[in-house]
Amino acid sequence: MILVSWVLIILMIALAILSIELKNLIAAVVAVGAVSLVISLLFLLIQAPDVAMAEASIGAALTMAIYIIGVRKTERSEKDG
Amino acid sequence: MVRKVVYSIFLAIIVLALAMFFAAYPFGKNKMTVGEYYLNHGVAQTGAANIVTSVVLDYRGFDTLGEVSVLFAAAAGVAILFFLAGGTKREQEDLTKPNFVVRVGSRIIFPFILLFGSYIFIHGHLTPGGGFQGGSIIASGFLLLYLSYPGTRTNRDGLSIIEGLAGLTFVVLGLIGLFLPQYSFLYNFLPKGILNTIVSAGILPIIYIAIGFKVASEFAGIVDDMMCQVICRGGGK
Repeated sequence: MILVSWVLIILMIALAILSIELKNLIAAVVAVGAVSLVISLLFLLIQAPDVAMAEASIGAALTMAIYIIGVRKTERSEKDG
Repeated sequence: MVRKVVYSIFLAIIVLALAMFFAAYPFGKNKMTVGEYYLNHGVAQTGAANIVTSVVLDYRGFDTLGEVSVLFAAAAGVAILFFLAGGTKREQEDLTKPNFVVRVGSRIIFPFILLFGSYIFIHGHLTPGGGFQGGSIIASGFLLLYLSYPGTRTNRDGLSIIEGLAGLTFVVLGLIGLFLPQYSFLYNFLPKGILNTIVSAGILPIIYIAIGFKVASEFAGIVDDMMCQVICRGGGK
């Protein structure tokens, strides 16, 4: 169980760094949603199902959708510099 | 150079303060006794099998009212922003129609998402989850419908009425407690019932159902506003 949570934590940090580094904003938003999904799994591991459900439905589904709609309305990719 | 020195002094102060703070509270030791109190007395005092619900709606019910108000303010802010931006015309983006599998699949799965969300907020006092979780699951069902059928519009007046009635239910239930001899806002005045049955814990399930409807209609409204900005002709309504 400890090993699983460490793998999830490392995955979460990697995805968070990826979401900053990616230039394609849609891909970055998907990475942010994946961070939320991994966090919700971690909440489930530390026996907080209430918070896990809120994080999965709000963080991974609704926030991601709202970000994607926002990106569609503005710039598709980040400019350098 | 001066700036770097100032930065490092501030950094040292912050590190020192954090170190002192963490030294005072050993890792893994719980200094608070209130959590233990809730665990020992929560079930007997509120009648809710889910301790989290008894804390969120009973002991900290007033905070939850504030939380709901914050969500309402956010939804209203989004609506106002897009109402003001509605005048600027943008050209229609070409929307590719989602494929057959997505359209039919979402039609089949949508009622089940509604059922699942309702189950979560109706059983909020018995099983994990509650109004916020159930409401946002229902709103994500609406999001699925919007994505698979671009151009769908929800009945906004209906959403507003549901939202208003749900908020009113919460506040009125709280105010009833104020007029009882016990004199406290959100006093749990209904009988507690038998533990672990659907009709138990007094007013808690009623409040959670109201919160579920309110959160679902607010999030559906936000999604509707944002999708309309992308899809509706000429933006805005």
